[in-house]
Amino acid sequence: MPPIELFDSATYSIQFQVNSEWRKVRVRAADTLLDALREGLGLTGSKSGCDNGDCGTCTILVNGLPIKSCIMLAVEADGQQITTIEGLANSPVLQTFAEKQAFQCGYCTPGFIVNCHGLLNIHPDANEETIRIWLESNICRCTSYEEIREAVKSVFAAHSADGAS
Amino acid sequence: MIPIDFEYYRPASISEAVESFQYLNKRKKNPMYYAGGTEIITWARTNAIHPGAVIDIKLIPECNVMDFAENTLVIGSCVTLSALSMVNPFPLLSESATGAADQTARNKITLGGNICGRIHFREAVLPLLLADSRMVIAGQQGIRGVPVHDVFLEQMRLAEGEFIVQVITDREYLSLPFVHFKRRQIGNVGYPLVTLAALKKDNQVRAAFSGVCAFPFRSLEIEQVLNDKALTPTERAEQAIDKLPAPVLNDTEGSAGYRKFVLKQTIFEALSKLGG
Ligand SMILES: Cc1cc2nc3c(=O)[nH]c(=O)nc-3n(C[C@H](O)[C@H](O)[C@H](O)COP(=O)(O)OP(=O)(O)OC[C@H]3O[C@@H](n4cnc5c(N)ncnc54)[C@H](O)[C@@H]3O)c2cc1C
Ligand code: FES
Ligand code: FES
Repeated sequence: MPPIELFDSATYSIQFQVNSEWRKVRVRAADTLLDALREGLGLTGSKSGCDNGDCGTCTILVNGLPIKSCIMLAVEADGQQITTIEGLANSPVLQTFAEKQAFQCGYCTPGFIVNCHGLLNIHPDANEETIRIWLESNICRCTSYEEIREAVKSVFAAHSADGAS
Repeated sequence: MIPIDFEYYRPASISEAVESFQYLNKRKKNPMYYAGGTEIITWARTNAIHPGAVIDIKLIPECNVMDFAENTLVIGSCVTLSALSMVNPFPLLSESATGAADQTARNKITLGGNICGRIHFREAVLPLLLADSRMVIAGQQGIRGVPVHDVFLEQMRLAEGEFIVQVITDREYLSLPFVHFKRRQIGNVGYPLVTLAALKKDNQVRAAFSGVCAFPFRSLEIEQVLNDKALTPTERAEQAIDKLPAPVLNDTEGSAGYRKFVLKQTIFEALSKLGG
């Protein structure tokens, strides 16, 4: 990987692919990826909840893997492939969450959808236990958990039905 | 938002990382090695640490291996906890790793970062203490291999500018019978009240603990009690908690009294399962 372009002390020009489009952005080394997405690129779908790695509202995919963008520096994303909730606008997971009304205020929803999308890509045959472990990374303050579980179950059921046909 | 500024370096080799540290240290930049960065980011955000530069060691190839070499398992310090569990070369280590934080955070937290962190728990070190693993450490003097027991005494004791490159474990330990219990106050995610990892070698139980005192530890004195066949398992559990190396934690996760109660039960269960 080529060295990052250094502007002045602690400011860097980085490039990454966000939702399939290459973007160049100038960041402080101390900017989190969440800051850079929201403030640098105007991608405000990833929410700031705890800023501490606990709640999961800021979850994005880095090279397909769910990562909490509040505990990743933007400079670490240089050269990587990022997917945010904006990139999943037409995804089956998002549609199923809407159909099953798996939200109340909706603040946690982007994080849940991104995480579920990552799970579907990485473990398309995830069993209930794996689904439970993965979704423990996301907290919903409105306690929409029942509806979220319903939505996720039907995403996986639809996926395995597709695979079988 | 992190309220301080620091510089970011991304060396491609061990020697480049060590040289960067020396160079930045001379310039009074207070450099820190940076792996998953989860602790550095959260502490810097709350103004608890003030690095002037971070040296991201994640791209160093040696820090990313997870492979068998002759009769040993070699794990790079930057292997993430989730990768460890997924590949599962050392089931007790996978289980300890799966206990820390949550699945998504584990995609970022590294083995070396967990062991070298400043929070009390550092749960991934427990299996390494039980398996007499060796640490490969790089610094200005070159690369050295040291038994974990010589460098992990309550916390990692590294000389200035040193970092962990790899952890090496003899193959014979990987498949020994083991138990791992992580007891939390509530739920399945979060810091432990008590974590106990134990394995059985040559008919002797080895046990290491986190969450009990302000540091993770393995104690030979406790193991002596746990293996004292003259005592019943209940007596062994009771006597073991009198041999703790430091005061029991007393915090919002749980009072010292409650922790001792949970610890006693957990030791009892471990002995029952391992047939102590
Ligand atoms: C949401 C959340 C929940 C958590 N829950 C738990 C838990 O239940 N149990 C638990 O044990 N931990 C838990 N942790 C703590 C986490 O494991 C530690 O903070 C760990 O340090 C993070 O690893 P990292 O790779 O991100 O480290 P970094 O933030 O990169 O580094 C942490 C420290 O280690 C040093 N360091 C990193 N790598 C090396 C190396 N190879 N050699 C020498 N020094 C190095 C750094 O300089 C720094 O001082 C949790 C963290 C989060 C964010
Ligand atoms: S805002 Fe990132 S985990 Fe809460
Ligand atoms: S729907 Fe409101 S936080 Fe989850």
